[in-house]
Amino acid sequence: MDELESTLKPLMLDGLNGDAQAHARLLKLLSERLRAYFGRRLSASPDDVEDLVQETLLAVHLRRATYDRAQPFTAWAHAIARYKLIDHWRRRKIRATAPLDDVADFVASAPLDTDAGLDLTRVLSTLPARQRALVEDVKVQGLSLSEAGLRGGLSEGAAKVALHRALKTLAERLRHADR
Amino acid sequence: MQTDELIDLLAADAGPVARSAPAQRLALGAGVGAIAVFLLVLFWLGLRPDLAKAVGGGFFWIKTAYTSALGAAGFWAVERLGRPGVSASRPAGFGAAVLLLFVLAAMAQGVGMSGPARLIALEGVSWTVCTRNIAILAAPLLAITLLILRQMAPTRPTVAGFAAGAFSGGLAATLYGLHCPEATFVFVALWYTLGVAVSAGVGAAVGRWALRW
Repeated sequence: MDELESTLKPLMLDGLNGDAQAHARLLKLLSERLRAYFGRRLSASPDDVEDLVQETLLAVHLRRATYDRAQPFTAWAHAIARYKLIDHWRRRKIRATAPLDDVADFVASAPLDTDAGLDLTRVLSTLPARQRALVEDVKVQGLSLSEAGLRGGLSEGAAKVALHRALKTLAERLRHADR
Repeated sequence: MQTDELIDLLAADAGPVARSAPAQRLALGAGVGAIAVFLLVLFWLGLRPDLAKAVGGGFFWIKTAYTSALGAAGFWAVERLGRPGVSASRPAGFGAAVLLLFVLAAMAQGVGMSGPARLIALEGVSWTVCTRNIAILAAPLLAITLLILRQMAPTRPTVAGFAAGAFSGGLAATLYGLHCPEATFVFVALWYTLGVAVSAGVGAAVGRWALRW
């Protein structure tokens, strides 16, 4: 547990200071952890695991300002993962409880294989054309934000705002995607 | 979409984050909301005519201290409940202690009174409107607080809504004291507390569905 904390927390702190590489590395490590955590709890519906991983990563990213730098990072991330799991169960009207202290399990879970999320693909297609093009260019073409913005006729600042807005919309719609 | 692709997207959106952004936004919202409530008191209810004299007395400030302490406990709890993995037991304990202390003072005052005098103190001159007025005054502040809280990450929506209501109710009750002339522990412990409780209850009920993310 301490090892995970001492790996993730510095990455989070660097990410909060604007280091995109540290942020990507953090999300990558976290996604493995989340996949195992959700996988064990959604053994009845394995197809939902990756959707939930992606929804949680979006939440972690969009709400990272609520992380208090004096706090353990794993406690913060676990609380979000647990909330997303319970929210998922509630939406599916499944009565189940996640014990508050399954943080140890969250920390110790072994990684599973990567997979694609179906919901996010579906929700992406509902974005306005301009935002969708921007997201596709950054995601698939691997373009930098300024390059992708240039292709869409946006300044770097405008592309930044548009991407952030697109991510917020994706996160919002993802919650309702499995209805 | 592959998760690795999503991570690349999120990394492209990774600007620096200000250190105390959520707390600042909450404080700003509280300030704007408090001005709105103050204007409501001023133009809807009006200031109590003897305000200048009342601020020279002790009970005006005791009442102010009680309701602002309830509001402060609520604000403290909201700030913590908006952040995942952070416990709100200390603000909850503080709020409960304030409430208990004031109710004990009111009971001591009530016990020392004769039956008819106790009834007069309980009803005051405004018992029919006090709770309702506080709940109405709290509403705009509660709406603002819930909107800001929604942008944070409350993992316990009902509890967080309750705290937002307690904060809004406490602050509204404090400003209501500029209008309301009631000056007994007995009256304030019952009707003011009930006003704050109604606001907290509304906050919990609304928060239960509005604070999901």
